[in-house]
Amino acid sequence: MANSDSATIDLVHSQRKKGFELFVMGVLILCSLVAVAVTVGIVLSLLFEAFRFFERIPLTDFLFGTQWSPQTALRADQVAAEGAFGAVPLITGTLLISFIAMCVATPLGLLSAIYLSEYASKRSRNLIKPALEILAGIPTVVYGFFAALTVAPLLRAGGESVGLNVSSESALAAGLVMGIMIIPLISSLSDDVINAVPQAMRDASLGMGATHSETIRKVVLPSAIPGIAGSLLLAASRAIGETMIVVMAAGLAANLTANPLEAVTTITAQIVALLTGDQEFDSAKTLSAFALGLVLFVTTLVLNVVALRIVRKYQEQYD
Amino acid sequence: MSKTAIISAKDVDVFYGEKQALNKINLDIPENKVTSLIGPSGCGKSTFLRSINRMNDLVDICRVEGSITIKGQDIYAPEVDVVALRAKVGMVFQKPNPFPKSIYENVAYGPKIHGLAKSKTDMDEIVEWSLIKAGLWKEVKDRLDQPGTGLSGGQQQRLCIARTIAVKPQVVLMDEPCSALDPIATAIIEELIDELRNNFTIVIVTHSMQQAARVSQRTAFFHLGELVESGATKSIFTSPEDERTQNYIMGRIG
Repeated sequence: MANSDSATIDLVHSQRKKGFELFVMGVLILCSLVAVAVTVGIVLSLLFEAFRFFERIPLTDFLFGTQWSPQTALRADQVAAEGAFGAVPLITGTLLISFIAMCVATPLGLLSAIYLSEYASKRSRNLIKPALEILAGIPTVVYGFFAALTVAPLLRAGGESVGLNVSSESALAAGLVMGIMIIPLISSLSDDVINAVPQAMRDASLGMGATHSETIRKVVLPSAIPGIAGSLLLAASRAIGETMIVVMAAGLAANLTANPLEAVTTITAQIVALLTGDQEFDSAKTLSAFALGLVLFVTTLVLNVVALRIVRKYQEQYD
Repeated sequence: MSKTAIISAKDVDVFYGEKQALNKINLDIPENKVTSLIGPSGCGKSTFLRSINRMNDLVDICRVEGSITIKGQDIYAPEVDVVALRAKVGMVFQKPNPFPKSIYENVAYGPKIHGLAKSKTDMDEIVEWSLIKAGLWKEVKDRLDQPGTGLSGGQQQRLCIARTIAVKPQVVLMDEPCSALDPIATAIIEELIDELRNNFTIVIVTHSMQQAARVSQRTAFFHLGELVESGATKSIFTSPEDERTQNYIMGRIG
């Protein structure tokens, strides 16, 4: 009789343990919701304020206008109180600087990735990879004053010596330095992608008597192209959204030009200019910052989504 | 025997760092025959195979001593170009590894880098010849532009064989070419190997004793980095001289 009690096994769960599990899960859900909620909030506020801006300035004027001078009157009765809000010079300025940056970063980043993954000995790899990662760790404001105080004057002096008129806040200076900044982004992503190409591919090619560089050009790189394209898109999106360097080195003059030696301005630099200092919060000038922010957000979001999708699809290919 | 030997290994030692993987290997491999290398895992048979086309060069810590000659020429001599060597000594790997390119491009890859075709017609001929030789032409002739990676495992391996022989090598090394394939695909490849020996000298590493017995005329048994015994396949399997060989083919070691 006494045995029968201990022979039964206790299968009923303890209420206390179950309650604790629920509590832990609740905390975890709450934490992850904070980030989601904040993101949704930011997007909504962007949309909402941008919408208020477009109530005053038509969307087409904003997207296709070529004049950008968001001056609002100090007094309500002043002339030219509304200013012009054509974003084209900002968009072209952004693209010009990003283009220069990509022209610098693509070859340097890609070629160093190829060197690191295919040629470098373990020792030099252990030396160069961290060095590149340090580049990625430099605060952008440091790049900014490097561009403004070192590179821009150099370009200006160099231009003068050959009779070129280089603006002291040129697109070239900002683009060059931004290019240096995104090299590690391209090189480390491309390095990963190239390393993901199976050794069997290289063996097959080398085993048929292809040289090392033939193997890289004809087998490794073609296999890695989608992933490399993805890394370039991510870098471009980073360049378009970069703020500090252009604020310090690119200037605020909204010139519509393709000449890299002239001063241009970018979407990010203008947003900073629009919102720093005391501002009347419901003026078209302030609200235009949200419209610009929306343009920037949509562009980089699309670039990031496309890039990540490409990279992911590529990685699956060899799993 | 040595008169018809195309490959001749003399006192070959191979080291990985401090570790010796092969110890004084002496082996003659006859022309236009299939030679199989058998032995338990880690016995050095793949290492020996990879020494024949210097794929071991790709391993930093690998060192080869002794001599391996092909048609009398020492392949480790300083003036030898590994690129030229590998064009003469092709290799088929354990796992089918077609390039992520079209079937046509896979086969045309080698001839292209070695400049074997003067025109598009030449190249078409080489591709067709290689695919016919590899027994794949009938299955793929209508879809040469499709990716080689879309074929079945056995077809992929035959594509890799076609790719290798497209360069017209004299020797084809095969490193367990059927270990990733099902029995039917394996049977097809074995038949193919038997036909290929009319044009090429074949050296095959295999874990399957039956496969060695079916496809090869010569067999070499490796054990713990040593070449224990080599000779006609029939005599190795029916009357091995060494006790270790006997134990292995009876399934007692391995």
